[in-house]
Amino acid sequence: MNPYLPHTPDDIREMLATVGVPDLDALFADIPPEVQRRNRPLGLGGHDEQAVHGHLTSLAERSTGHRLVPFLGGGVYDHFVPAVVGHILSRAEFYTAYTPYQPEVSQGTLTWMFEYQTMICELTGMEVANASMYDGATALAEAVLMAHRATGGRTVLIPRSLNPHLREVVATYAWGAGLTVAEVPYDAHGRLSLNGIPPNACALIVQQPNALGVLEDLAGLKDRLGKAFLIAAANPIALAVVEPPGAFGADVVVGEGQPLGNPVAFGGPLLGFFATRMEHLRRMPGRVSGQTHDLDGKIGYVMTFQTREQHIRREGATSNICTNSALCALAATVYLAALGPGGLRRVALLSYERAHALADQIATIPGYSLALAGPFFHEFVVRCANPEAAVERLRREGIAVLPPSFLHPLGVRDGFLVAVTEKRTPEELDRFVSALRRKDR
Amino acid sequence: MTTIYDQGRPGRRAVSLPEPSHPEAEILDSIPTDLRRRTPPRLPEVSQPELIRHYTALSRMNYGVDTGFYPLGSCTMKHNPRLHEDLARLPGFAGLHPLLPAEECQGALALLWEMGEYLKGITGMPGITLQPAAGAHGELTGMLLFKKWLEDRGELGARTKILLPDSAHGTNPASAAMVGFSVVSIPSDRRGMVDLNALKQALGPDVAGIMLTVPNTLGIFEEDILTITQLVHNAGGLCYFDGANLNAYLGRARPGDMGADVFHINLHKTFSTPHGGGGPGAGPVTVSEALVPYLPVPGIARGEEAYHLDWNKPKTIGRVHPYFGNVLVIVRALAYLLTLGDAGMREVSGGAVLAANYLKAKLKGTYKLPYDRLVKHEFVLSGEGLGHGLRTLDVAKRLMDYGFHPPTVYFPLIVKEALMIEPTETEPRETLDAFASALVAIAAEARERPELLREAPHTAPVRRLDEANAVREPKLRLDL
Repeated sequence: MNPYLPHTPDDIREMLATVGVPDLDALFADIPPEVQRRNRPLGLGGHDEQAVHGHLTSLAERSTGHRLVPFLGGGVYDHFVPAVVGHILSRAEFYTAYTPYQPEVSQGTLTWMFEYQTMICELTGMEVANASMYDGATALAEAVLMAHRATGGRTVLIPRSLNPHLREVVATYAWGAGLTVAEVPYDAHGRLSLNGIPPNACALIVQQPNALGVLEDLAGLKDRLGKAFLIAAANPIALAVVEPPGAFGADVVVGEGQPLGNPVAFGGPLLGFFATRMEHLRRMPGRVSGQTHDLDGKIGYVMTFQTREQHIRREGATSNICTNSALCALAATVYLAALGPGGLRRVALLSYERAHALADQIATIPGYSLALAGPFFHEFVVRCANPEAAVERLRREGIAVLPPSFLHPLGVRDGFLVAVTEKRTPEELDRFVSALRRKDR
Repeated sequence: MTTIYDQGRPGRRAVSLPEPSHPEAEILDSIPTDLRRRTPPRLPEVSQPELIRHYTALSRMNYGVDTGFYPLGSCTMKHNPRLHEDLARLPGFAGLHPLLPAEECQGALALLWEMGEYLKGITGMPGITLQPAAGAHGELTGMLLFKKWLEDRGELGARTKILLPDSAHGTNPASAAMVGFSVVSIPSDRRGMVDLNALKQALGPDVAGIMLTVPNTLGIFEEDILTITQLVHNAGGLCYFDGANLNAYLGRARPGDMGADVFHINLHKTFSTPHGGGGPGAGPVTVSEALVPYLPVPGIARGEEAYHLDWNKPKTIGRVHPYFGNVLVIVRALAYLLTLGDAGMREVSGGAVLAANYLKAKLKGTYKLPYDRLVKHEFVLSGEGLGHGLRTLDVAKRLMDYGFHPPTVYFPLIVKEALMIEPTETEPRETLDAFASALVAIAAEARERPELLREAPHTAPVRRLDEANAVREPKLRLDL
């Protein structure tokens, strides 16, 4: 018997009698017979819990990458997730609920969303945040669409130093909306090199830090853009110690929230955060929780400004998004609450310190150097003659870095990217350096 | 409601962390001044016991499938098996970085490939992408595929309209608009199905295609589905099927056999993955032969010895997801599919449709039933005529006092005062009976004690909330 189906043969017989049909097949009489005749089963039997557990476990174990020591970044980072996060996420009252359409029985979800929005505003230096997007890439793409709606401009300026995966998603959405993409080069330091602004620009994207790991200088950028939006895609851990884009007049700040308490998860689910200014609220995509009061004047929370959303505004909505990444946003909320300002700063500084310690050591190895002089946070490009061989040598020592091909779209063919989080111990840093120093046998 | 910011005191922290090698101030000073953060973000400062108590308290103000019956129409709030939660946390899935070379990720790629093959079989369609992160994301992917197909045929400028039955989910028109299509609404007929005459009149050389929900949001299967898809195809258009309601015919019929060109599957609905308070979900898309060349890259392919990423799609629409889609959702969905097998899938749709028709039979004498037909997995009542100026919203709020989550209300738009009820197959008959009794009792209360409804809920953590005030005086974050 299927363990998830409570109906016994007696139940089914009696329920069919109430409906007034002889058997279950009669309930499908409205599906054209030729359609039913064409149906083909998969040839798949049912499996007991032990068998399903066995199969999925064997698939999980067939991968080997998770056993390597990761110095992997490129948009998804291996930070430590404190135990409290997983335990709160395991509360089924949170994870078996859906979108809080009925606020009186959803105060748990609506309250943590309000907390989350507050925290994202604090991190980014912005005035209002939504309750999440699918991931940092689609959040960025939606920010571009919002800039287009607000300004009427049809060209989006994308730095060559933007994460190529983000860039590809933005390009897909932009093509869909009939927008044009123009590339902005980077200078010898790895920093954005903005020349002219085309008159029909809707937005300039800047990534902080960029895909080369370099921290951008956002000062004065907004003033050069005219009506076009300044959209920043920021790493949320870096924002603990790096001046947030909101302080430089950014119109929208988005980013990949995965580093905040979520696993790398083979790239999904992720967490897109999205923050903007109050003046743009009615153009913002996504759910928003707002504070109000009940009949007795008691404080409570509701989903608000829903007239922006697809279920009300249909083709006039600010986005089609419905299901978002709520549970990942709850993880981020609990993570930030658990760490507090001091803990988050500690995680950022540990990542920064260890990344710089490793970079300094690598630069002393003959044949290796840092590719760029620009300041970095926790990710940097190592230059060497044969990056494929270097990466393979590291792998043989049980260390994973991104394939050098990750940097090819950025125009770097003589290097590889290294990311360091607080999880990488001093011993692991030593292992990394020894592996590169070791002469090939 | 107190927030986490109301807890704790400065200096508290809920987790201990490693020590850096240098004093923090020294490390901070090494960050160039013009980049260094001037004011730290204001975050809560709480100890671990305070943190746990706060979020446990919040969880207790929430209603989930584990709390009780959650008949939210079009959302398929079925039981979430616990095995799946353990499997999704296996390090070989949760701890695997998406940018590792394919040879290091063979298990995860095998998972994705296997799921893709099963979903192609279930939908009877030859191509798939697992990238879309939710149903609406699948719709957007579908509309991008429409656009690319038109562009490839040189028809992009000519075919600009998407036809949409007036019962469609709001995501459908919003998705079409994101790709620059204009939307033409097709009325429903007296049966609650697409009005064929209206469809014929709307079809023409300017139509890119149609978006259909099957069964539709009234829970009614489009009996003319083959005629509809043939008409659209003959007029040179494509057929998008919104798969939010796949639970209604899982294992019994396939959209590919009905003429679908694009179909999205809400894994968080039909395949029982938890809804997470609003997400994450997953919205894989299957396509007909004509659209296979345009699918997002990379695809997942099986070679003779290993799985690899397939970039060989010169006509692709590009990426819609930065990596491979919501993999941990797919882990859960595959576990569910393997548990069910073919027979189990038929039991799921059989049980879901039986439960919906059973509840409809028990309630149609009490509430107005605008479309009294055989339904699939859900049905729509109307709260019209309750008397005393009472509305569907009042019924919904009163249901909370009886311990139930309300159904979807005020949707679909073509039914006034709609109550859209989707019981799913995982509810015991006793629960269905209790829910029906509650709705019958509420109808009696509406006649005799209308204030009970008007002031409901009486037992929820808060009383009815002032939604207009939330817009009038927007407070979207805490003042700190």
